[in-house]
Amino acid sequence: MAVTKNDTQTPILMPTIKDRRSRVAMQRLKWGLFFLSPWFIGLLTFQLLPIIFTFFLSFTNYSATKEFAFGNFDFVGLSNYARLFSDPDILNSMGVTIKYTLIAVPLGLVVPLLFALLVNSRHLIAPNIFRTLFFLPTVIPVVAGVLVFQGVLNSQSGWINGLLKIFGIEGPRWLSDPMWAIPALNLLSLWAIGNLMLIYLGALQSVPTELYEAATLDGAGGVRRFFFITIPMISPVIFYNVVLSVINAFQFFVAALLIGGRNGDPQGSTMFYNLYFYRQAFVFNDMGYASTLALLLFVIVMILTTLLFRFGQRSVYYAGGEA
Amino acid sequence: MATVKEVRVRRSVAPRFELRRMKRRNILPTILVSLVGFLIMLLFLLPLGYMLTLAFKPEEQLSAQNAPLWPAKAVTYNYEGKDLPLYNVPTADGVKQWALVKGYREDADFIDPSNVNNGVFNWKGRYRVLDPVYTFAPVFDNFTAAWNEVNFPLLFRNTFVIAVISTIGTLISCIMVAYAFARFKIPGKNFLFILLISTIVLPPQATIIPLFIAFAKIGWAGTWLPLLVPAFFANAYDVFLLRQYFMGIPKELDEAAEVDGANPLRTLVWVIVPQAIPAITAVTLFHFFYTWNDYFNPLVYLVGKEDLYPISVGIAKFVSTYGSHPTRAMATAVLTMILPAILFFLAQRQFMQGVVSTGVEK
Repeated sequence: MAVTKNDTQTPILMPTIKDRRSRVAMQRLKWGLFFLSPWFIGLLTFQLLPIIFTFFLSFTNYSATKEFAFGNFDFVGLSNYARLFSDPDILNSMGVTIKYTLIAVPLGLVVPLLFALLVNSRHLIAPNIFRTLFFLPTVIPVVAGVLVFQGVLNSQSGWINGLLKIFGIEGPRWLSDPMWAIPALNLLSLWAIGNLMLIYLGALQSVPTELYEAATLDGAGGVRRFFFITIPMISPVIFYNVVLSVINAFQFFVAALLIGGRNGDPQGSTMFYNLYFYRQAFVFNDMGYASTLALLLFVIVMILTTLLFRFGQRSVYYAGGEA
Repeated sequence: MATVKEVRVRRSVAPRFELRRMKRRNILPTILVSLVGFLIMLLFLLPLGYMLTLAFKPEEQLSAQNAPLWPAKAVTYNYEGKDLPLYNVPTADGVKQWALVKGYREDADFIDPSNVNNGVFNWKGRYRVLDPVYTFAPVFDNFTAAWNEVNFPLLFRNTFVIAVISTIGTLISCIMVAYAFARFKIPGKNFLFILLISTIVLPPQATIIPLFIAFAKIGWAGTWLPLLVPAFFANAYDVFLLRQYFMGIPKELDEAAEVDGANPLRTLVWVIVPQAIPAITAVTLFHFFYTWNDYFNPLVYLVGKEDLYPISVGIAKFVSTYGSHPTRAMATAVLTMILPAILFFLAQRQFMQGVVSTGVEK
């Protein structure tokens, strides 16, 4: 567009240079598109088309026991959607997911920040060793983590309850108590906060030291400096971490599947929404209804993210001035 | 451009600041902060301690009374051809280590190994409440038991092949895409970038059913292809991290290369990539760990194909047998995490640098 407009305005002043310039620009555009192509093809093949297809499947009663072909399934209109409203398991499993999220998000906000403050402290000896060891559990595979936490949270022989006993507290039965199974899973997830810690650490290190020096000259103490400089300066990163935590919490379920099995034991207390979806799709092979469940989750996550961004725009301070 | 220069300047000044800080450093806060940090670290790594001690314990030790927390063996003393257990017996001149010859309800016959000539003597007291003498004695039985129960060499090989191939795919594709976003004028680039970032929010559940059906349709179900091929088409997290890092590399470098006649591909390979080693290390490790960790995708796509299982799915059965063989389960956990842990320790310096310096600085 821009090129043709230019051409009509200034007719043939230095045609060779202009030609070459646009040819070079064209050439670079081609290279750019070439480099972009893996993502774009992947976006279409592995994300956009499948979502459209999930939408299509939600109007069918396709069951994965048969090969996917016309004639092996019927169109059932909106009956999968009607089923959403009469399915009590949806509310239950959403409740489990929300309970987990309500614990996971504040924990994921505060604990990694405290760790980052600790390993960023100039008073800490050998901060690199601390950083490495705090990150270590993050690289531990979830299956191994589940094995370890089954042991360490064991109500009789586990070390957590042993430690609580020293302080005179009778520890709960954690993974076998419906009340405590979700907090136990939260503890397991809390073990893998290395990424969040590093993101906070990067943010803390990018706060200009002059700000702290100026505040100290003005007589601000450590606590005031933290709340009036550190927190506002890193608020975009706090916001980013909250969004990530919410999304991750809504996608959490593998550890629950490993510990509680497909029934969400004990007593359905770990039947996460995603576990319920997995059961419908890959245990009961009810792909039509499972697609509807997937779309519901998609819509919920979209609404949540939009709300978060609405709220976030107002409460985040951008030092650069741009929103 | 200006921001890049500013950052560089600030970094070069940093060591001097550090020096000034060092001088100002008081000894009391240092001790206090380090002590608190150390306690938090102990608590945080408590599960690892539990895992390691249990993995090296003989299974009998779990049911033994008064056994220590660490892997240990009860010490015995051979007296007249019999192995007698040693006990810590409190006496008037301190705790003595005596071997139990015969125990009764309210008294017991002991022999003192350091004074055998004294012969067997009687001691008044309940021997059952005495602490047995233990020495540190880790055993490897749990590892051999776990090793024999599942085919670890096969699981390791499978996981390794899957992880290496998909990491290579991720690296190639994400570096390309990040380069496109960092350096090229593409119409609608901002919109595309927002689109890329918003795919982070997309729940995998929304796409897995059609993908499962499609992969089955083209005969890829029960093979590694569904786990490998998508990796070659980039992902939002890694592209974002790489792009942030690429943006910090001075543009003059690639302009110089292009003046010398290098095409963008050569510039990418010979200028950008060598400058971005920390970020590339971070992405490599992130993806390698992700694949090593991934349980859901292999579970869905490799159903029933036990000879193709990666380690995550292969050892999942230990979770349900934990109750009967806790020590073996812990040995399995050690075997599962040992490779990622070693890799992480080897590359941690580069890794931390790559993640922290790109971070989400914006």
